[in-house]
Amino acid sequence: MKNSSSFRRLLIGSTYFWMAGLALVPYLILLGASFLERGEGTLVSSHVTSANYLHLLSPTVFSMALDSIGLASVAALLCLLAGYPFAYVLAQSSAKLQPLLLLLVMIPFWTNSLIRTYALVMMLKADGVVNALLLAAGLIDAPLQLMYTPMAVFIGLVYTLLPFMILPLYAALKAVDPRLLEAGRDLGAGRVQNFIKITVPLTMPGIIAGTMLVFLPALGMFYISDILGGARSMLLGNYIRDQFLVFRDIPTGSAASVTMTLAMGFLLLLYHLASRRLGKEMLQ
Amino acid sequence: MSRWLKRLYATVVYGFLYLPLVIVAIFSFNSSKYSLAWKGFTLDWYAKLWQNTGLMSAAVNSLIIAACAATLATLLGTVAAFILHQYRFPGRRVLFGGLFVMMMSPDIVIAISLLLLFLALALPLGFSTLLLAHTVLCVPFVATTVFSRFHGFQTDIVDAAKDLGAGEYQVFRHIVLPLAAPAVIGGWLLSFTLSLDDVIISFFTTGPDFEVLPLRIYSMVRLGIKPDVNALCVVMMGITITALVLSRTLLKEKK
Repeated sequence: MKNSSSFRRLLIGSTYFWMAGLALVPYLILLGASFLERGEGTLVSSHVTSANYLHLLSPTVFSMALDSIGLASVAALLCLLAGYPFAYVLAQSSAKLQPLLLLLVMIPFWTNSLIRTYALVMMLKADGVVNALLLAAGLIDAPLQLMYTPMAVFIGLVYTLLPFMILPLYAALKAVDPRLLEAGRDLGAGRVQNFIKITVPLTMPGIIAGTMLVFLPALGMFYISDILGGARSMLLGNYIRDQFLVFRDIPTGSAASVTMTLAMGFLLLLYHLASRRLGKEMLQ
Repeated sequence: MSRWLKRLYATVVYGFLYLPLVIVAIFSFNSSKYSLAWKGFTLDWYAKLWQNTGLMSAAVNSLIIAACAATLATLLGTVAAFILHQYRFPGRRVLFGGLFVMMMSPDIVIAISLLLLFLALALPLGFSTLLLAHTVLCVPFVATTVFSRFHGFQTDIVDAAKDLGAGEYQVFRHIVLPLAAPAVIGGWLLSFTLSLDDVIISFFTTGPDFEVLPLRIYSMVRLGIKPDVNALCVVMMGITITALVLSRTLLKEKK
């Protein structure tokens, strides 16, 4: 019996240990660094300041952040508009085909996103597939400039993140009890009414989860903006990376990361509240 | 939506997701080096890839890191899932919350905070730092996969074993682990693909001595594309698909 409880203590203790060392402490260092001043020669000095956060509010940084948030929001919205009908079709497809169709969504989901971005370059470059097709169809006379435009960054984000929207939507749609839709029909609701009054509210947790899974990474994927947008496009991720690796300004980079984490926390809270409220409504 | 409209829409979305990948695959067999025109089938690029030691060693490094990080993450994640399911102890909910926050954290925040840890400890960036970082990335996914499997089976068996005199270790070793085995292996495979899929965390937490594939491709894409990269992408997609199909098959067994 004594052996047993030491086994238990070992497992619990080791889990606490690595989580403290590899998750809690790094977050605390990040938080701490965001309140320090830049050092001369060293990476940070011991002076406490809130200037790093104020710096984030300066016009250039602020407008960059707004642009990045706008880009991520529109990417999330596009993914939702394209992904919802698709997940709907997927959830209704025949039981025999469904595992295969789902697997086909998961393969891009798990394929290295840099490989997928590289594949997009093959499509979008001046002598790429899209231009070749348009030229062959006679729709354009000269190749379009597709690469290194904000549009390319956009396409890159949607292309990379669409599966992150489809999968939670699919899970939510699968969980909708068909009897509820039947009941709605029996009570005289049409298909549109059924969809708006039953399906959409019931899948709201999936909608929010998918939106978050697109929105948050879209803020950070600096390599997509680098490769497809050239020097012009800036995401929050580009900004944070440059603070760390180009300007060696760790405090400002940390402050930006902390702000991003807080935004994530806020969205998670929203998600939690939405699913709880939904649960309550269902009970009533 | 009518049936044909549904099919058409699904085809368009699949086309959007797959056309670029298919194009890369096709061009990995095209003997023309620069133009899009089809100049005949060739395996030259795969042979070139084999001889491109820089690219190959980066690919091997990626596979090594993926395998090691997946193993470490599976160990830690399975233990975490086990104690969260089996035991009641102080701070249990905090551990739950911690795993959830780790899972939802943007990659760039995980990367930056670990980079700061490594800088604070003066650890040189390379294999070991990347291994730790990828393990942190993967553990919550293993823990949730294994935990949901635990949820699926009855606690009666554990109670029965305890009544018959089994200790905590024996319960873990002989009851829980065999029952959870498919989820444990599935979790390993998911971690493996998760690690292979990562760009952002690798970017910050490895050094010049230990280059991994995404970083190598990143610098190559910016310098211009060579067809052996196409071949490499096809090989990597093949590995990802294999790991994915295996993990799906293993996880499906439970129903």
